[in-house]
Amino acid sequence: MGGPVDPTVINLVVFVLAVFVGYHVIWNVTPALHTPLMSLTNAISSVIIVGAVLAAAPAELDFGSVLGVIAVALASVNVAGGFLVTQRMLQMFRKKQK
Amino acid sequence: MSASQLTLWYLVASICFILALKGLSSPTTARRGNYFGMAGMAIAVLTTIAVIARGRVDLILIAMLIGGTIGAIVARRVQMTQMPELVAAMHSLVGMAAVLIAVAAVDHPSAFGVPDPLPRGNKLELFIGTFVGAITFSGSVIAFGKLAGLGKKFRPFSSAPVVFPGQHWLNLVLGLVMVGLGAAFFLADDKLWTPFVAMTALAFALGVLIIIPIGGADMPVVISMLNSYSGWAAAGIGFSLNNAMLIIAGSLVGSSGAILSYIMCRAMNRSFISVILGGFGAAEGAAATGAEQKAVRSGSPEDAAFLLANAGSVIFVPGYGLAVARAQHAVKELAQKLQAKRVSVRYAVHPVAGRMPGHMNVLLAEAEVPYDQVFEMEDINSEFPDTDVALVLGANDVVNPLAYEKGSPIYGMPILDVAKARTVIVNKRSMATGYAGLDNPLFYMEKTMLVFGDAKKVVEDMVKALD
Repeated sequence: MGGPVDPTVINLVVFVLAVFVGYHVIWNVTPALHTPLMSLTNAISSVIIVGAVLAAAPAELDFGSVLGVIAVALASVNVAGGFLVTQRMLQMFRKKQK
Repeated sequence: MSASQLTLWYLVASICFILALKGLSSPTTARRGNYFGMAGMAIAVLTTIAVIARGRVDLILIAMLIGGTIGAIVARRVQMTQMPELVAAMHSLVGMAAVLIAVAAVDHPSAFGVPDPLPRGNKLELFIGTFVGAITFSGSVIAFGKLAGLGKKFRPFSSAPVVFPGQHWLNLVLGLVMVGLGAAFFLADDKLWTPFVAMTALAFALGVLIIIPIGGADMPVVISMLNSYSGWAAAGIGFSLNNAMLIIAGSLVGSSGAILSYIMCRAMNRSFISVILGGFGAAEGAAATGAEQKAVRSGSPEDAAFLLANAGSVIFVPGYGLAVARAQHAVKELAQKLQAKRVSVRYAVHPVAGRMPGHMNVLLAEAEVPYDQVFEMEDINSEFPDTDVALVLGANDVVNPLAYEKGSPIYGMPILDVAKARTVIVNKRSMATGYAGLDNPLFYMEKTMLVFGDAKKVVEDMVKALD
């Protein structure tokens, strides 16, 4: 024992806890909203955009940063499209007007 | 901003994502949930840009603007019946972004604060993130083609399963070779582009091969599964970049897709393995059982309207045929007319009534059907025996009582107990069978009346007859 913990182990701890939280939160989602759930999770998974931003960041434009810029554009489609289409769908779910 | 501060902001964003999903537990809190999601995303993106402030921000903002504009336009224009296609397309973008980021990380690890040359642990994680991303991309492209009905233009997009001898063995061999190349990349002392590129190319091919044998009826499972993959791809990238927020967001999405796949499989009474192996629905139409003509009772829309108007309680059972005929608005009008005559109207929705989980609920909501009149299968099944009329519109397999008969192909599939209602009215275009290619005894029961014709036309005629 002793020495710093390997970052992969910390990542694994975060991963297992997140799956656990996900499992419990998702089972509580009402089946009527499963389509918005899918478009919302789609938008959330495009948080991968932070990785793309980091890849695009280096000041000199090389192979890696060009790929990064493309990835930023692709993920942005999802960020905007995912949240907005979810919003559009959720706006339709209304109770009976009195 | 220091790395620690950034990580704390990422924690805030992660909590926003969890609250976003939690909001979807009820339609009343769902919109707030979506705002939480947007807030989380804004925090994640803005803090990341703040950190790289001295880098190439201009190009990044331009890329965001272009991508964001395209996304916003698509989100405004897409029709609700096209949601499955849109979601498949968006999965493919996440998969592709994951692959691009992984390649960039192999090329230039220092941009991510990862040591150069890459440590073994990061290599393993990059390998996982890349192949899951690549499979998500090409698999989603095929799923998109199948959903958009492009099968006539390009065979792999056919909604009928594309099968050939030795398919599963080929997939297995390709999968093993891919893992072998991943191991070569992992064990190499320095950057080794050849195995990495070959591995990625194989993963793209595998994505295509995995999805082509899956038939149109199983699409709800496929979309859910690809949803899950896109999450795991994001989590894999999070591992390789040591980014806890990406891991959390990716795992939430991954488990969401996995749970939806499970729910869809259960609703169709299919095992996940058998869906993946595919081929279901290959014998299309071949199983139109029984050459003998059985007697059916058919009636006109006016007859049906008369029955409905004189009922105390009615349950509508919408299927995808209804959405294909774009009859949702007509159905809502019919419901309003009946409610004005003091007939109680409810809607019963089977989990696989649409082409993706929850699809029918969205289609009904779009037609301004109040969501408190729409019930899930488990909640309404016990109500059918006390219901005067069940009106089945464009649904077939999900109301097929053969599901209760041992030995039938759909034995054990949960169905809506329409046959228990006092009277059943079924609207169909013809006597053709559903996806499962099975006859439906419901149509031959004495209390069943069939109204043939296009759902929209028939329902509109019923509305007219009620005036």
